[in-house]
Amino acid sequence: MAEQKFSLSVCVCVCVCVCVCMCVCVWAVRAMMCGCGRDDFQEELVIRPLHSGDIYASFQFRTVWETDFMRGNKVSHYRLFPKSLGQVISKFSVRELHISFTQGYWRTMQWGQPFQPSPPGAELWVWFQDSVTDVDGTWKELTNVLSGIFCASLNFIDSTNTVQPSASFKPLGIGNETDHRFLRYATLPREIVCTENLTPWKKLLPCGSKAGLAVLLKSEKLFHSSFHSQAVHIRPVCQDWQCKTTSWELRQTLNVVFDLHNSAQGKREWSLFKMFSRTLTEACPLASSSKIYIDITDNPQGEQFEVSPATPLLSQAVVLGDRRTFSVYDLTQQITFGTVRSLNLLIRWKSSDMLRPLLHAERYVAGYGLQTGEIHTLMYNNHPYRSFPVLLLDSVPWYLRLYIHTLTVTSKGKDNKPSYIHYQPSKDRLRPHLLEMLVQLPPNSVTEVTVQFERALLKWTEYTPDPNHGFYVGSSVISSLVPSIVAMDTNSTRERPLFSSFFPCKEESSYFVRVYTEPLLVNLPTPDFSMPYNVICLTCTVVAVGYGSLYNLLTRSFQIEEPSPGLAKRIANIIRKMRGVPPL
Amino acid sequence: MLTASCCYTDRRRGQLAALSIAAVVIIVGVPLWWRTTETYRAWLPVNQINELANLQLQLSADVEVVFARGTVTPEQQKKVPTQVVISLCLFCSSPLEADLSLHTLSESPCGSLVVYVIPESSTLLPEDVDVYIGQRRTALLRIGAQMRVGRTLEQLLAHLEPRIKQVLQVMSFSHTDITAALSDRVRLSPGNKESIADSMRAFKSSPGYEITFSLLNPDPKSHRVHWDIEGAVQTYIQPLLTKLAPLANFSIDSQTLYYAMLGVNPRYDSSRSAYTLNSDSLAHVINPVEARLGSNAASSNPVLNFLLYVPDAHHSPLHIHDHKKQEVLSNAFHSPRWGGIMVYNVNGFYGPEAVFPVDININMAKVMGVFLAQLRLLLGVQSSAPPPGFLVAPCSSTGLADWELDRLMWSRTVENVATATTTITSLAQLLDQIGNIVINDNIAQQVSSAVTSLQLAVAELEAGNLGFALQYSKEAILASERAFFDPSLLHLLYFPDDQKFAIYIPLFLPMCVPILLSLLKIVSEARQKRRERQAKKD
Repeated sequence: MAEQKFSLSVCVCVCVCVCVCMCVCVWAVRAMMCGCGRDDFQEELVIRPLHSGDIYASFQFRTVWETDFMRGNKVSHYRLFPKSLGQVISKFSVRELHISFTQGYWRTMQWGQPFQPSPPGAELWVWFQDSVTDVDGTWKELTNVLSGIFCASLNFIDSTNTVQPSASFKPLGIGNETDHRFLRYATLPREIVCTENLTPWKKLLPCGSKAGLAVLLKSEKLFHSSFHSQAVHIRPVCQDWQCKTTSWELRQTLNVVFDLHNSAQGKREWSLFKMFSRTLTEACPLASSSKIYIDITDNPQGEQFEVSPATPLLSQAVVLGDRRTFSVYDLTQQITFGTVRSLNLLIRWKSSDMLRPLLHAERYVAGYGLQTGEIHTLMYNNHPYRSFPVLLLDSVPWYLRLYIHTLTVTSKGKDNKPSYIHYQPSKDRLRPHLLEMLVQLPPNSVTEVTVQFERALLKWTEYTPDPNHGFYVGSSVISSLVPSIVAMDTNSTRERPLFSSFFPCKEESSYFVRVYTEPLLVNLPTPDFSMPYNVICLTCTVVAVGYGSLYNLLTRSFQIEEPSPGLAKRIANIIRKMRGVPPL
Repeated sequence: MLTASCCYTDRRRGQLAALSIAAVVIIVGVPLWWRTTETYRAWLPVNQINELANLQLQLSADVEVVFARGTVTPEQQKKVPTQVVISLCLFCSSPLEADLSLHTLSESPCGSLVVYVIPESSTLLPEDVDVYIGQRRTALLRIGAQMRVGRTLEQLLAHLEPRIKQVLQVMSFSHTDITAALSDRVRLSPGNKESIADSMRAFKSSPGYEITFSLLNPDPKSHRVHWDIEGAVQTYIQPLLTKLAPLANFSIDSQTLYYAMLGVNPRYDSSRSAYTLNSDSLAHVINPVEARLGSNAASSNPVLNFLLYVPDAHHSPLHIHDHKKQEVLSNAFHSPRWGGIMVYNVNGFYGPEAVFPVDININMAKVMGVFLAQLRLLLGVQSSAPPPGFLVAPCSSTGLADWELDRLMWSRTVENVATATTTITSLAQLLDQIGNIVINDNIAQQVSSAVTSLQLAVAELEAGNLGFALQYSKEAILASERAFFDPSLLHLLYFPDDQKFAIYIPLFLPMCVPILLSLLKIVSEARQKRRERQAKKD
C-alpha cells in the first residue's frame, strides 16, 4: 500500500514537473514571439486653413509595436521602432515619455485649439514604472541621455525646475498608475528649437526623410514660420478593444503654422510647394496607411476656399468636441498622384470668419520696480451656458518667492473658491514652487488668478550670461474636460485618423483639452558684474590706507623743525653774504 | 643732548616696530594666506605609481607533464617524484576521443596545461604528427625514438623541454602575442607589417561590448527582407559569447535600417554583368552608414557593428573584389576595430515575373558563418598557423577551444595591466604638473584601489592564476578610468594665475612696499653705522 502511494506521489511529481516545463516552454516561446512581434507604421498630414489667413499643417507618424518593455524579457531586436528610443525605455524603465520642442507661441484666440498642445521651449514629462527605486537619479540620467539623442539642452533639467504634479498630468496610455511619485515634469522655456533638433527627430522615422510625407520636412521652410512644434510621445496602448495585451506606441508629431504675410506674401493662396518647397511623389513603402487630410468643415460648398486637385474621398471625424469634415488624399493609391506623378495641393481663399475657442488663457506679470510683482493668469470660458472645472498648474522657479496668502481667484467680480489646492513651497536652489488647483469656470466668464511675489537676489554665479534679458518662467498648464457639442468616440482601438486619437476619451459628453499660457519673462535685480573686483579693490584700498597711516605712526619718529626763513629774509641774507657781512 | 637721545630712542623704537611688523607679516600673514587659498589635494601613492611606471611583467603558466605507460623505463620511473604514470586509454581510436577521456580524468584550472607524453609506437596519432592539441587544455606529445633506453630522467626532460615550450607558445602565450597586446602602450620596433596589422584589428580590451547586427535595406520598394536574427543569435553567436563570458559582458541587439546607402557608387562590370566594389573604395563605404547606425544610448562600451547589406534592385548583383580583381567568395569585409559588412545579393529571388516588393527570407546560416568568423577576428581570437608537426583539434560546437580562451585571457590581462598602468601614471603626472587641480578623497581612493588591484594582478600573473589576474586587471582598469575621468578634477583648472595676482595686488602692494622700504632703510643705516664705527677706530 505504502509502495503504491509512493509511486502515485512520484507520478504526481512527474506530472507537475511536465506541467511546469510546458509552462516555461510556452512562456519562453511567447517571450521570443514578443521580441519579434508585429509592428505597424502610419503617417498622416492634416492641413487646416486658419481664419486669420495662416495655414496649419500637422504631421503625425505612428509606430505601434506588439512588444512589452515592462516585463523582464529583454527587447533587443528592432525593425520599425527606433533602437535608440527602445534602449532608453528598457534601460530607464520608462512607462510613458512625452517630449516636445516648440518655437513660437500658439495663439489660441486666432487659431483655435491645436491637435497636440505644447508650451514654448522644451517640455518633458515622464511616468516611470513602479519598479524604479531611485526616481530622481533615473530622471537625471534620462534627461542627459535624451539631450544627447535630440541635441537639445535637456541636461539643464535639474531639481530646481522639476515638479511632480499631483493631478494635471495623468498617464495617456493604459495603466491606472496614479502615484505621482513616479511622475516627473519639467519645462525649459528658454530652449531654442532649430535644425539640429529636427535632424535627429527625422532620423527616428523608418523611412527617414527619403520617402513619404517626411520629404516635406525641409528645415529652411519649417523654421521660417510663426509656430513650429515637434514632439515624441511614447506610451503603452491596447492591442484590441479587450485590452488583454499591450503594444507600445511611438507618436512623432510636428505642427507648423505658416504665416500669411511672411510666407505667402499676403496672397491667400497656399500649395504644398509653397509651404515646403517640395511636392509628394510616393508614400513611405513601409507605411500601412499614408494620408493627407484637409479640413473643409467651414467650407461645405467651396464658398470660402477651393482645393485642387479635388478628391472624391471625404471623411468625418470628431476632434476637440467638434465634428469636422475632411477631404482625404490616400498616398498609397497611385491614382492620387495623377498623370504628373506628383501631388501638389493648392488651396485658394475667398473670405473668412472666426469661431471663438471655448477655453483659452493668458498670463502676464504686473507691478513695478525690482522688488515685488504680481502674476495674473486669465482663463476664459466662452461657452454660453455651461460651466466646467479646469485644473491649473503653475511651476514657478524659486527665485520668485510667491506669497501664497495673496492668492486670489475671482470670476465676474466675485470670489471663486478653488475646490482643490495642492501647493508645494519652494526651497532655495533645490526645488520650484508647485501650485495646482481645481477651479470651476462659470459660463461666459473670465476667471483671474493673481498671486504676489518677491524677487530674490541671486548669487553672482547663478546669473545667466545675459541677465538683463530676464528670467523665464514656464507656461502654466490648464487641463480641462470641456463639454462637447457632439458625441465623442470612446473606443480607443477603432480605426480613426491619428490626429483625433491622441488624448484618450473616457466619456461621450466632453473632451480633454490642454492649454498652455505664454511663458513669462521676469527681470530680476541684476548687479554690476565687475562689482566683486571693485569691492576687492575698495576694501584693499581702505585696508592699505589704514595700515599705511598706522605703520607710519609706529615706525616714524617726529621732531620739531625750525620753520624756514621767509623769502625777504633769504634775499637779504644773500645780499649780506655778497657784502661779506654775517647773515641775519 | 636731551633732544638727540630722544631722537635716537624714537628712531630705535621705529626700527623695532618695522621689524616686528615684518615678522608678524612673515610668520602669521603669509602662512595664513597660504592655508586659506590652498587647493585641497589628497594624498596619492606616488611612490607606488612611480614603481608601476617601469613595471616588469613576469608571466608563468603551470604545465603538467604526464608520461604514459611505455614512455619511461622502470628505473626512470623510480625517480619521478609522484606516481603520475598512467595508462593511456587503450581503446581510443582517435586523438579526439583520447582528448575527451583525458579531460574527464582531470579538470585543469584556466591558464594551466597538461601535456601527455605517449610512446612512439602509439597509433593514436597519424604518422607525420608529433603533437596533437586538443579542444581543452591538453596536448598529446609523441616521444622521440632515441629516448627509449639508458638515459636518466633529467636527460629525458631536457630533451622534451623545447617541444613543451613550443606547445606552450601555441596554447598559452608567445612573445608576439604579448608585444601585440602592448602595442598601444609600447613603441614597437618597425618590424613585421602584417603582425602590426593583426594587432590593430582586434578591439581593445574593455569590460563590455555591444554587438549590433544591422540589416540595411536601401530599397524597401523592391525588397521586403525578413531575417530571423533572434534564432540565429541563439544558435550561432550565443554559445561563443557564453564561452567568452569570463572575459567581458556582451549584449546583442539588432535593427533594420531602410534607405541606408553605401558611400560609394558601385561600378558596372559588363564582362561579368554585375556591379563591383573595389577593395580601394571599401574604405569610403562606412561613413554615410555610420550616421544612421546610432550610438548606444544606454552604455558607453565599444560597439561591434555587423551590417548585412541587401543591394537595391538597380545595383544588383553586387560583388566585392580584392586587390587582384578577384571576387571575394564570402562577399564580405571587415573594418578593424569597427565591425564587418556583408553584401547579400537577392537578384536570384526575382524570378521571371516578380511582383515588387519581393518577399525575401535570408539564409541566416550563411550570414552568421561570415559574421562569426569576423567576430572571432575582431575579438582577437587568433588562429595563427601551428608549427610543422602539430595537429590542432577541429573546433567544437562553441566555436572556441579552452586553450584559445586562455590565450585570449593572457593577452587581455597583459593589455589591461598596461592600460591601467598608463592611465594611472599619466594621471599622476598630470596632477603633479598642474598644481591647480583639486584632488578629492574619492579620487585618491580610486587611485589607491587601482594601484592595489594592479599590484595584485601582477602578483597573480607571476603565480600563474590567470582567472584572478584577469579579474584584478579589470578592476584596476575600472578604478583608474573612473579616477581619470572624474569631473571634479576640472573645477579649478581654468582659474588662471594672472587673474589671481590681479586680485591680490591691491592688498599686497600697499602693504609690502612700506615694509620693504623700511627694511632697506634699516639695513642701510646699520651699514652706515658700522662704517662710522670703523672710521672712528681708525
